[in-house]
Amino acid sequence: MTEAFAIRPVGEAAMLIDFGGAISTTVSDRVVSLDAALSARAPAGLLECVPAYTTLLLMFDPLLTTFEALEATVLEAMRQAGTSTVEATEFVAPVCYGGEFGPDLAMAAEQLGLTPEAVVSAHLAGEYRVCMYGFAPGYAYMAGVPPRLHLPRKPSAVRGYPVGSVMIAGAQCLITTLDMPTGWWVIGRSALRILEPEKAQPFLFKPGDRIRFEAVDAARSGLRGG
Amino acid sequence: MAVARLRVEQAGPMTTVQDGGRFGWMRYGVPHSGPIDRLSFEAAHTALGNRLDQAAIEVSLGGAALVCLEGEVSFAVSGAAFVSAADGLDGGGWGVGTLRAGMRLSVKVAGEANWGYICFAGQVRRPPWLGSLSTHALSGLGGGRIVAGEEIEIDAASAGAEARAFGAPQSWAPISNARIVIGPQDRFFERDALGLLVQESFRASAGFDRMGMVLEGPRLPPVSVDMVSEPALRGALQVDGAGRVTMLLADHQTTGGYPKIATVVAADVERIAQSTAGKTFRFIPVTRQAAVDIYRGSQAERAEYLSRIRSPESLSSRLLKHNLVGGVADGLGFKE
Repeated sequence: MTEAFAIRPVGEAAMLIDFGGAISTTVSDRVVSLDAALSARAPAGLLECVPAYTTLLLMFDPLLTTFEALEATVLEAMRQAGTSTVEATEFVAPVCYGGEFGPDLAMAAEQLGLTPEAVVSAHLAGEYRVCMYGFAPGYAYMAGVPPRLHLPRKPSAVRGYPVGSVMIAGAQCLITTLDMPTGWWVIGRSALRILEPEKAQPFLFKPGDRIRFEAVDAARSGLRGG
Repeated sequence: MAVARLRVEQAGPMTTVQDGGRFGWMRYGVPHSGPIDRLSFEAAHTALGNRLDQAAIEVSLGGAALVCLEGEVSFAVSGAAFVSAADGLDGGGWGVGTLRAGMRLSVKVAGEANWGYICFAGQVRRPPWLGSLSTHALSGLGGGRIVAGEEIEIDAASAGAEARAFGAPQSWAPISNARIVIGPQDRFFERDALGLLVQESFRASAGFDRMGMVLEGPRLPPVSVDMVSEPALRGALQVDGAGRVTMLLADHQTTGGYPKIATVVAADVERIAQSTAGKTFRFIPVTRQAAVDIYRGSQAERAEYLSRIRSPESLSSRLLKHNLVGGVADGLGFKE
């Protein structure tokens, strides 16, 4: 492990390990591997790890361990994590694109200078990877939107997109779990539930998992309109 | 087991069920939730002899009013919660009382703070989510919001607590110096912005909810907002593109693309959160080592305060247990 990283304090009870750079599979691999290595070791005083695109946050009890002790464990885990791979699962997410399920598809296509059909086929061709959960329960951020579909967020958030909305912004894609206002572009809807609150493990994906989208028509989508 | 049945006559929009918090799920986008002001919450539980992580009702602007329909249950109020009308009960805050069938408990949020707690000598019957009754306000998951017209049942309700006032902690006084550890995304700011952060004063605002509080003060525009989303924590001072500072609270989003210029030490987060609009304070930068010392000191202070206000019943039962243990030890000594 010789690649650059930085370890930064976050208040008195957390540290942020920053692998730097932009969103990429390589960097996400490093985050996921270190997360797995630290979970396996469970050093005293480590309470929680939060993986993100290029960073891993560690929360600790400052009365049970110190920044220095945890830092040493992190460096040791990094040396070993460099070579290990974490088991990833592949999921297929059925999507009903456009129409009432993807109200922003036409506008997104116009912004991109593509036909709606071309946007759909480009989105289907992408290889997606869950890099992190963020924002709110079950919001699994996937990287892998093909560059020709990269759009900035809308200037302001819009309300009224139901759970299961498939939306894109920049290189990112996600399937919503809550009915929340968003500035992302909703191009379709999926019946796949990432958050099932009543389950003991309510979250479908884990960081590192791979997702493939599959187009389905409204009749077979398992979705209800309205 | 005794059950007390309460009807919610009125409740402000930010009235929710909260317990000690939901830990270990932040990697799935779930913040810890739990009380905004942990010390006030723990004080009311301690005064009743409860476990510190039991569920309670958190109130904010608008207060709440409960009518006891059936049964009886002792309660304690703390923080901003101020008993304004309770049949047969004296008004006031930071106190213990008992609610019996037909009685009404009306709690106002006094003008000196933003968040208050109503704890019960019993278990609030609500569905847990991921092992916790804390309400994640954004999704409504957990114990949930408390709304007018509904009923709340308190299981294993006991009504034996003696009415008394137990007094606020010393740290209840308005905060004038809030300590911060710079970072983790201070690299997004020029030296000028970092200077303003610690030289100018900031003001609490009315723009708050369970996710955060907007702080008024100098604008600290980041040099760039083109940041990859990074994890965020309670106490983070997040700065938006316009340079506006928000302090994140218990229901914060777990990641965010706005840079966090600094992190408020745990002991001072709830004190800022309790500051009413217009209260001014300054940020004092400390090293991470100093922040750990502050944490250690504040934990000791809290433990001392909580032991002072502990319910007399639980104190006597502890003494009894102690004597009993002593007696057994003596007995063993005698045998040898």
